[in-house]
Amino acid sequence: MQDTLLEMRSITKTFPGVKALDNVSLKVRTGEIHAICGENGAGKSTLMKVLSGVYPAGSYEGEIHYDGTLAEFRDIADSESRGIIIIHQELALVPLLSIAENLFLGNENAKAGVIDWRDTNRRTEKLLRKVGLRDAPTTQVEKLGVGKQQLVEIAKALAKDVRLLILDEPTSALSESDSQALLDLMLELKAQGMTQIIISHKLNEVRRVADTVTVIRDGHSVSSFDASEGITEDRIVRDMVGRSMENRYPARTPQIGARIMRVADWSVYHPEHADRQVISNVSFDVRAGEVVGIAGLMGAGRTELAMSIFGQSWGRNITGTVEMHGAPVDTSTVSRAIDVGLAYVTEDRKSLGLILDDTVTRNITLANLGAVARGAVLNERAETQVAEKYRKDLGIRTPGVFQKVVNLSGGNQQKVVLSKWLFAGPEVLILDEPTRGIDVGAKYEIYGLINDLAAAGKGVVMISSEMPELLGMCDRIYVMNEGAFVGEMPASEASQERIMSLIVNE
Amino acid sequence: MSVAENSSERAGGSGRIGAYLAAHLREYGLLFALIAIMAFFQIVTGGTLLKPINLTNLLLQNSYIVIMALGMLIVIVAGHIDLSVGSVMGFIGALAAVMIVNWDMSIGVTMATCIVVGALIGGAQGYWIAYWKIPSFIVTLAGMLVFRGLSLWLLEGQSVGPFPREFQVIATGFVPDILPGGEVMKGLLDARNFNVLAFAMGIVAASWVVWSGLRQRAHNKAYGIEDEPRAFFVARTAIIAFALVFILYKLATFRGLPNVLLTMGVLTIVYAFITERTVLGRRIYALGGNEKAAKLSGIKTERLTFLAFVNMGILAAIAGLVFAARLNTATPKAGFALELDVIAAVFIGGASMSGGVGKIVGAVVGAFLMGVLNNGMSIMGIGIDYQQMIKGLVLLAAVIFDVYNKKKG
Repeated sequence: MQDTLLEMRSITKTFPGVKALDNVSLKVRTGEIHAICGENGAGKSTLMKVLSGVYPAGSYEGEIHYDGTLAEFRDIADSESRGIIIIHQELALVPLLSIAENLFLGNENAKAGVIDWRDTNRRTEKLLRKVGLRDAPTTQVEKLGVGKQQLVEIAKALAKDVRLLILDEPTSALSESDSQALLDLMLELKAQGMTQIIISHKLNEVRRVADTVTVIRDGHSVSSFDASEGITEDRIVRDMVGRSMENRYPARTPQIGARIMRVADWSVYHPEHADRQVISNVSFDVRAGEVVGIAGLMGAGRTELAMSIFGQSWGRNITGTVEMHGAPVDTSTVSRAIDVGLAYVTEDRKSLGLILDDTVTRNITLANLGAVARGAVLNERAETQVAEKYRKDLGIRTPGVFQKVVNLSGGNQQKVVLSKWLFAGPEVLILDEPTRGIDVGAKYEIYGLINDLAAAGKGVVMISSEMPELLGMCDRIYVMNEGAFVGEMPASEASQERIMSLIVNE
Repeated sequence: MSVAENSSERAGGSGRIGAYLAAHLREYGLLFALIAIMAFFQIVTGGTLLKPINLTNLLLQNSYIVIMALGMLIVIVAGHIDLSVGSVMGFIGALAAVMIVNWDMSIGVTMATCIVVGALIGGAQGYWIAYWKIPSFIVTLAGMLVFRGLSLWLLEGQSVGPFPREFQVIATGFVPDILPGGEVMKGLLDARNFNVLAFAMGIVAASWVVWSGLRQRAHNKAYGIEDEPRAFFVARTAIIAFALVFILYKLATFRGLPNVLLTMGVLTIVYAFITERTVLGRRIYALGGNEKAAKLSGIKTERLTFLAFVNMGILAAIAGLVFAARLNTATPKAGFALELDVIAAVFIGGASMSGGVGKIVGAVVGAFLMGVLNNGMSIMGIGIDYQQMIKGLVLLAAVIFDVYNKKKG
């Protein structure tokens, strides 16, 4: 048996306009647990997709050596046949099928197309015991909790003769005790000689199970070190965020006025799982002319928080109060929230923010049609004038305001969404990942617009997964993790290290 | 961005006309298809198609389809479907027959009751679709069976009729000529009859088409919206204006303006105005275009969906009254499979299955296109078997044309 099971050498993967991976290397020894750490968007998932054949050989540069030979996987089935199995963050189980059916899905234990259920169930039971589950093989997966489902996923991997097990954020949806059980299982599998890769943000977990850590940042592999050199959270955090800060943010002299909005004791439950509290007792406030940041990892509950405040568009059993200028207001429907002066610019502009097949004009006026109508009848002339005004003010690059927004670039689409909400005349704008998926130049323009809004005395709440962006733009930053605010600091005292350690020390 | 840039780069010269035609092929295609089909049948039927009596019949035969297509367009634009309209129409006809013939109730009360019942039926279905998110396909499929059954029950399996004369006129009557000069024109044209009102309506309608077209052009020019090439505009407007004058002239020489044509015309104008010019209409398109984005923009999407079905119920009720009056009897079979003709008309008229796209005028033209096909093939004596096949293929071709156009664009 070789000492090194997997070596990825100088992997470079380019998407149109973006270098997602640049000369990344990874070396995994047989029988170890190897952790890969990095911020959202650093390139961890892309690297795993290259490894598993989602991006087939030929679509990337570099070499993968697996089990002593050069591997060129064409697709997932190809890499799975060699024993490389990924368990994704979102579970890939069929909820209405039984455990046994799920374990052997696509790999059925059949002769001439007829499934041998007795043997299937017997083998399922054996696999379940290996991962420490005592449920009957005929149990519907839907009836299991998330923690058990994660174990079923591992059992499913074991059913396929796995040699390299990759777990992508395996504990992100699990409770503390389920997480501990999962980590114990990982150590047990290691004792049996299984090689594993874990991708995780939770550095205490990484420290507990990992033999080696590789840190990826902005598509580069920054460092790789093992237990003998000492795996400390400090070191991982430093390597994860240590990018140089350029002058990417337009300057602004904050002129902060009176408090406009205050949210107190905001709690929200999951719309489908009524017992799962997604947001717990969050309180925050926004002042006139202030840009307030909410930092946190994906899944921390930031979008859920914003959408639940904005017309209860997400979640149920929502409790807490929203005050505008000191008086409690009703934001229970979107139109009421708009009426009291709120606006929410979604993180998902294509599916939640725009009507892609409609024109720039029609998108801009949509949230405030009353202002361009006399009674119930639309005044097209007024509508066009409004659209033209925002096209000039925000610099929307389009051949005309009657262009369909689907034909615009991401940055210009985002300006259309912003125009829509500016036209609605809000006092507080909640911007959810306002620069996601747009290029650097357009980002700078959006930052300029945010500064203009603050200068005009509006309150801005900015949700972002890019910490440098928050540090560069905000006056004050809240840190959110697992549905609760875990810290608040003025931007002058904030640093990426401080924010990251608040998040990972949970 | 690239698409937009390309098209503006090509501005000017013959490329512009080509690009414009490519972008609006669907609208021209529909118009030309209707003209081509009418020309074809006019020739092969030896001129029967455009005879005044046949034209009048054509309008009467398709009136209830057109009326329901108005509501169906809104339902489809909102992203739903209504399979129950044929049954609802039949049920309302049955209700009207039972109320008037069996229970001797007044026509006014009957008609008002029928329209209210139609609204209630639409509301009952819309409630489940809008607030419970039950797929409209399922709810209205159930409605289709329920109301078919209710008609049978109400009529006890029998045909009920005939209606009194005053009820029949809503479908078969004509608007009396209130303008002078009919006798003079009759002599002048050597016609058996000449209804000045009908002809005047044709002139008014044609003038309105020209005037509003010019106004829209001026507006487009002022705001730099890509303009229809002048030749296209002139040709299209001339064809439509001429067709309006021609058709109403033909009607004038027969018995004049049918009551249902007036009803249909008024409803079409009202619904075209609502969908294109009002806040309500804009919101319906937004709902169908992207329900989630519409909701996050403060639009009450549930209520809007509910109202779309209430409206459909009302129009199905009106269609039911017209249909019963036209046949002068209510039968348990009335309206059977008619929902398919209505839905086909809307899709032929350019609406999109996924919602957010489609126009009232398109749906009306689509309905008449199907109507001309039916009428022409019947005159030619083509069997019902072939008729069905041809209609099916026309529907398929229209939608394939749409999808192909979209892919290319």
